[in-house]
Amino acid sequence: MPNMSMTKVPMPTQDGDVRKNNFEEVALGYTKEQAMEEAQRCLHCPTKPCISGCPVSVNIPDFIEQVKNGEFEKAYQIIHQTSSLPAVCGRVCPQETQCESKCVRGVKGEAVAIGRLERFVADWHREHVKDALEKQPSNGHKVAIVGAGPAGLTCAGDLAKKGYQVSVFEALHVAGGVLMYGIPEFRLPKEIVQHEINGLKEMGVDIQTNTVIGRTESVDDLFEDGYESVFIGSGAGLPNFMNMPGENLKGVYSANEFLTRCNLMKAYKEDADTPIQHPKRAVIVGGGNVAMDAARCAKRLGVEEVTIVYRRSMEELPARKEEVEHAQEEGIKFQLLTNPVQVLGDEEGWVKGIECVSMELGEPDASGRRRPKEIKGSNFVIDIDCMIMAIGTSPNPLIRSTTGGLDTNRKGCLVADEHGATTREGVFAGGDAVTGAATVIMAMGAGKTAAKAMDEYIQNKN
Amino acid sequence: MYKILEKEILNPTVTKMVVEAPKVAKKALAGQFIILRVRENGERIPLTIADYDRNKGTITIIFQIVGQTTMMLNELNAGDEILDFVGPLGRPSEIEGLKKVCVIGGGVGCAIAYPTAKALYENGAEVTVITGFRNKDLVILEKEFEEVSHHAYMMSDDGSAGEKGLVTNKLEELIQNGEQFDEVIAIGPLVMMKFVCLLTKKYDIKTVVSMNPIMIDGTGMCGGCRLSVGGETKFACVDGPDFDGHLVDFDEVISRSQTYRIFEQEKREEHCNLFKKEVA
Repeated sequence: MPNMSMTKVPMPTQDGDVRKNNFEEVALGYTKEQAMEEAQRCLHCPTKPCISGCPVSVNIPDFIEQVKNGEFEKAYQIIHQTSSLPAVCGRVCPQETQCESKCVRGVKGEAVAIGRLERFVADWHREHVKDALEKQPSNGHKVAIVGAGPAGLTCAGDLAKKGYQVSVFEALHVAGGVLMYGIPEFRLPKEIVQHEINGLKEMGVDIQTNTVIGRTESVDDLFEDGYESVFIGSGAGLPNFMNMPGENLKGVYSANEFLTRCNLMKAYKEDADTPIQHPKRAVIVGGGNVAMDAARCAKRLGVEEVTIVYRRSMEELPARKEEVEHAQEEGIKFQLLTNPVQVLGDEEGWVKGIECVSMELGEPDASGRRRPKEIKGSNFVIDIDCMIMAIGTSPNPLIRSTTGGLDTNRKGCLVADEHGATTREGVFAGGDAVTGAATVIMAMGAGKTAAKAMDEYIQNKN
Repeated sequence: MYKILEKEILNPTVTKMVVEAPKVAKKALAGQFIILRVRENGERIPLTIADYDRNKGTITIIFQIVGQTTMMLNELNAGDEILDFVGPLGRPSEIEGLKKVCVIGGGVGCAIAYPTAKALYENGAEVTVITGFRNKDLVILEKEFEEVSHHAYMMSDDGSAGEKGLVTNKLEELIQNGEQFDEVIAIGPLVMMKFVCLLTKKYDIKTVVSMNPIMIDGTGMCGGCRLSVGGETKFACVDGPDFDGHLVDFDEVISRSQTYRIFEQEKREEHCNLFKKEVA
């Protein structure tokens, strides 16, 4: 008999007042009992709509069935067939708009907590199973992956499972991409990311850090070195600014810089050498998940007043609902329907204020969201000593400018078809480098699709 | 890991190291830089490539001991290894077509000016070098510059090396004596570059400067190295490090370069206390 509770089994979290002072993980995860109880809420409907909502098509009902039976390793093996990074997805996927949005239980009550269950299974495996993942016998073909973020790692994992000799080239000193530099420790512990990456290494994936494709080596060099196909998953790392006066004052950061200092370089730790400002009043401009991450990091660094400035209303806020709620619980303020017009500085070049204007919502625009309009003469100043711009990122031009034959669109994104094939033979691409800034799971889905296409390309060629 | 093959103390505050980094050496060109990290939880710092040897697979770096990371780097010796070393980053200097150039190096900036002078010289340009130092104890690369230039002048603040005066004094003197440079390339302290640019603007001589701002990744990701060039925001790591000096907003660059001054000072004192050394 299924568990007919209308609501998910709640997941324990650190209390807002406690966690705003530490970088430890906010959500604590299910216990075995909680997971088994939640797993019983799955009705195992014959059409399995949840799978269609998953960009990497995890066989959700089957793994949940195994959780229900207490067969957690079996559940893990089912997830691992299609997802190389389950502990990551269980934490950072927007399940509410993907698998869980399709769940029949969601029609009346809450959907099955698929994300929480995935996380439980991945964590259980990490804590209980020490066996190295099996390395497939080599099929004699070499492939190169550019960028060790979610797209590249997924692509690498899928190709390694097929016996390819996979090399991943990463510009930074550590693999993981946005999982390491962008998403904070309290949402996604770095140890977990590295554990997942070690799994790939055990499968035979070779990861070369400190290698900037486009500088250290070019895509042409990779082909010369005998790689038969190249996947580009270099992300959308270039931070956007608003090009308003005062943006280059001291104390104005891109969210990328602020988060990189904090997460990748561990500036919040005493023994880290990378400095970060410890301001008193910070404003974060933008309303996405990155803005929430930056705001919550700032709070944990001891900033007394952290305010999100966003030009539309709460309803249009693009961040996940859960992230917004967590931010609110931690005391982050929301200054909505507000847009900055200029940054004000003191005589020494430090930011001291931000001049904003109030907005109102007009008719819906192309995206379907109501277009914000300035209310004339409503200008006002917020006193701050730190400002973080979280208004999006663009693809890095380094590869497109150093690689012949790759078409890009107006925004600088690589042009790729639905299989990830670019305009150059043998070169595939996916993730933010193609779509512009999106989610971890979308990038993973693209890496997976491209891996399949690369395999077909190489098999047909030979 | 990247092995240090040679270490040479050039003066009490400046050290040269030859590092084994074959992949970087294979692609390196004058004007480009590397980013290194000395230890786990260490900072990533950019250093311009002072020289490279493609056959031996080595990169030469010359650095001034100014903060925690350069202090730790300076404690390493030949045979030790550097944890991370990535490059070559940034765009190479544009030297094609230049016939008569004045290369100006100030202090440790000479380490960056040297490969540019060398590349120009090997490319057949007539190269005039002006170097400037505070005093004779801080002189570096004197012989090296003589080998890659047709005329080399040295200036010092106190007159203890070369002539007494600033690099701008010598440059103005040369210009007034009728020297006509296609381009001036100035690399050194921000204030020096600013004043070279003010001078050359007066004489309408194109001037290129090399920027070395605060950076983390060096691939365009953090935006920490941004500066205003001709009213537009540019990233030194991917758009530079070389820029048209007449378009750079030096006052903004100087201000931004001081963002972490207090933090760096504290770290340096902490480090010195740890190793019972005097603060330099």
